[in-house]
Amino acid sequence: MLRYQQFIVTKHSSHPVILNKESRKTPRAVNVDLQSDATLQVDISDALSERDKVKFTVHTKSTLSNFKQNEFSVVRQHEEFIWLHDSFVENEEYAGYIIPPAPPRPDFDASREKLQKLGEGEGSMTKEEFTKMKQELEAEYLAIFKKTVAMHEVFLCRVAAHPVLRKDLNFHVFLEYNQDLSVRGKNKKEKLEDFFKNVVKSADGVLVAGVKDVDDFFEHEKTFLLEYHNRVKDASAKSDRMIRSHKSIADDVNRIASTLYTLGTQDSTDVCKFFLKVSELFEKTRKIEARVAADEDLKLADLLKYYLRESQAAKDLLYRRGRALVDYENANKALDKARAKNKDVLQAETSQQVCCQKFEKISESAKQELIDFKTRRVAAFRKNLVELAELELKHAKGHLQLLQSCLGVLKGDT
Amino acid sequence: MRDELFCSLFYITVVTVLGISGIDMAHKAKNHSSPSSPEPASLQVEDVSANSNGPKTAEILIDDDQDDLFAEATEEVSLDSPEREPILSDGPSPAITPVTPTALISNRIEPKVIGVPSMFERSLDEVEEEAGGDLFDINISVSDPEKVGDGMNAYMAYKVTTKTSLTIFNQSEFSVKRRFSDFLGLHSKLASKYMHIGYIVPPAPEKSIVGMTKVKVGKEDLSSTEFVEKRRSALERYLMRTVKHPTLIQDPDVIQFLESSELPRAVSTQALSGAGILRMVNKAADAVNKMTIKMNESDAWFEEKQQQFENLDQQLRKLHASVEALVCHRKELSVNTASFARSAAMLGNSEDHTALSRALSQLAEVEEKIDQLHQEQAYADFYLFSELLGDYVRLITAVKGVFDQRMKTWSKWQDAQVMLQKKREAEAKLHLANKPDKLQQAKDEIKEEIEEWEGKVQQGERDFEQISKTIRKEVGRFEKERVKDFKVVIIKYLESLVHTQQQLIKYWEAFLPEAKAIA
Repeated sequence: MLRYQQFIVTKHSSHPVILNKESRKTPRAVNVDLQSDATLQVDISDALSERDKVKFTVHTKSTLSNFKQNEFSVVRQHEEFIWLHDSFVENEEYAGYIIPPAPPRPDFDASREKLQKLGEGEGSMTKEEFTKMKQELEAEYLAIFKKTVAMHEVFLCRVAAHPVLRKDLNFHVFLEYNQDLSVRGKNKKEKLEDFFKNVVKSADGVLVAGVKDVDDFFEHEKTFLLEYHNRVKDASAKSDRMIRSHKSIADDVNRIASTLYTLGTQDSTDVCKFFLKVSELFEKTRKIEARVAADEDLKLADLLKYYLRESQAAKDLLYRRGRALVDYENANKALDKARAKNKDVLQAETSQQVCCQKFEKISESAKQELIDFKTRRVAAFRKNLVELAELELKHAKGHLQLLQSCLGVLKGDT
Repeated sequence: MRDELFCSLFYITVVTVLGISGIDMAHKAKNHSSPSSPEPASLQVEDVSANSNGPKTAEILIDDDQDDLFAEATEEVSLDSPEREPILSDGPSPAITPVTPTALISNRIEPKVIGVPSMFERSLDEVEEEAGGDLFDINISVSDPEKVGDGMNAYMAYKVTTKTSLTIFNQSEFSVKRRFSDFLGLHSKLASKYMHIGYIVPPAPEKSIVGMTKVKVGKEDLSSTEFVEKRRSALERYLMRTVKHPTLIQDPDVIQFLESSELPRAVSTQALSGAGILRMVNKAADAVNKMTIKMNESDAWFEEKQQQFENLDQQLRKLHASVEALVCHRKELSVNTASFARSAAMLGNSEDHTALSRALSQLAEVEEKIDQLHQEQAYADFYLFSELLGDYVRLITAVKGVFDQRMKTWSKWQDAQVMLQKKREAEAKLHLANKPDKLQQAKDEIKEEIEEWEGKVQQGERDFEQISKTIRKEVGRFEKERVKDFKVVIIKYLESLVHTQQQLIKYWEAFLPEAKAIA
């Protein structure tokens, strides 16, 4: 488990929020099972949340000769991760690989809003209520923060574990260059361009997907990935809703515990003991309920979200291969036409050669990538489902014990 | 003339009762400061036989005071009757104060001790045994809701089964068919008879036009089944609370409700009837009166208790709202879990790695079982916890009402004192006047009036003391019941939570090896 030091949260969102975590010795991939070796180990050792940006401290340990030192750290922001990811996507050389999906943008908006509302409403509630709510919100903020750190870390670890991508120059610059990379977020014009590019790409994707593949393996993968991606999307949404209900229940139990406490202190009869004991019980069980929700989120919801993004990356790979296939077939047709007309044959031949090479290169690596994807997926699901079941069991047993001991006390009293 | 008749009737009544209570005084030590639970006191009682045709003069009393000795002496008046107030205040008052005439203005009525026929003693013992405190042996169940009739005139008939060994009933086990308005009618009768003398009458379940309409229209869906079940359970709890009350269980209306196969329809309970509107008007009038009566509270106990009940009311309402939210969210969780289970099953189907696919299907199965679990827990949340809180919120309103009645009684007493004072002043004036011819007649008249008002003042004081005493006892009983109810329900609720966690452990333990088996 990641451990965090003291943190301070102020009432107004305009003040910086400082959250630190201690550095860990071994890199650990949260959602995916990755073989990491000593030649290149990357992790995020620290993170700082400031108003609207998060600063990650990327820590590298490497025995590779192309780095100046064996161990070093730099500070990076989310935009720089995106830049790195996009540079992979745009690199033709990597067309045959599944590009590790970019980490989602850190989103503290909802949490910050709640914190601000709490600050505004401070006058209307009792001191205890305010402290309690503040603690909860801080815990929530912390949880989101942990998650975003984990997602950024996983991205880097995936790149570091990939035999080809780990050698990428941009990646090394990202890891080592201790100045600002001067990467800015996309401005409006570029975002619009991106949007149109995506539209064109999806349309093209449909066309390309329609082309039947001679290779059984890829044809199967195509159908599989399409269906799988949709179902993972659905499962991810449903698991989110389920977890939200869990959180609501934990909140309700919290309120019930408070009211029971008031009742217990007010009551002059025998039953006040009951109220106080049950209030105490509910305080504890609601923490467990909250933990259950948090763990389900981490082990189930995050897993599904990650594989939603991964399966999209795999689909993108298939698209690129499909595109290359179409280009290859078009080049073949062009060559035949050129030969028939006996015009520009050499040009057509070279172009056909290029397309053929490109296609074959992509096909070869794609096959391996997709097999690896399956292996990784199975391993990740196994790990997370086992951990989910173990955590659910642990919490249920803890919950049961609390209930039983309280019942024992109450029954003994009557 | 009328006044003389009234006075003599009153005198006889009071003497009889005071005589009886005189013997009562000899038997027990009075303890005003703390409300005592109904001890099996040795009391004299007039037997009520269900077959008596005469004026139902008295009911069996098992508690210390002869409070309701003449509760049945007044006519069976429904809430619609506008003569209610005068009848209850002028007639032989059902609330007879015990003998310690404190601030009585005149000593007209002397307490006399009268021997009690032995027949009363015997029957009292029997009833004591049966109906004293924890020896209550009566169980009521409401079951088999059946739709009778069609369309908007349809209604649900519930079977009310009583199992008891109490001898006030004809049999030991019997059932009748009742509809919802019958229950409301019963409550309305009990409230009109007992609330104004300080008894906490358990409130009947609330009406619901929306819920009932759905049932009438014939929608055989989950929400109308749930509605009927909710109502059935509420009616059962209502009857059990009513019969647990030592005084109410002996009320002929209650006995008739439980026993007789035919019951006159209680039309006055309909919301939009003339009676309903009159009820609303009365309620409004009461609310205004409550604000204008400024009572000199001489008894700290009452002030304290009223404050306690205010606080309790507030907190219980808050708690009820939170528990209702919990029920809602738990139902939501159940639905969302079921939905996720389906989704996981689909994912398992499309997964092409066999072991993982199987594990995902297993996960889907586990989640499906868990969703059932959540649904069951939501029912427990509701029927155990939420409904109890709702019942107590309504009960506390009844308790507050009884305190208000005491205020009204006090106010009446004060008004009578004011009137008496006025009459005395008028008499004094007459004495000073110098008109001999008219004087004698006027003097006589005023003397009569003074007597009347003196009587009223005494009655008012007695009523006030009686209601105060009754309330203390009732509150004591109420608190005892409340403690018991809450303890029982809290334990049952925690047990339901234990069950849920145990099941969860079972399900996840079954799943874990499946997850580990993914290779």
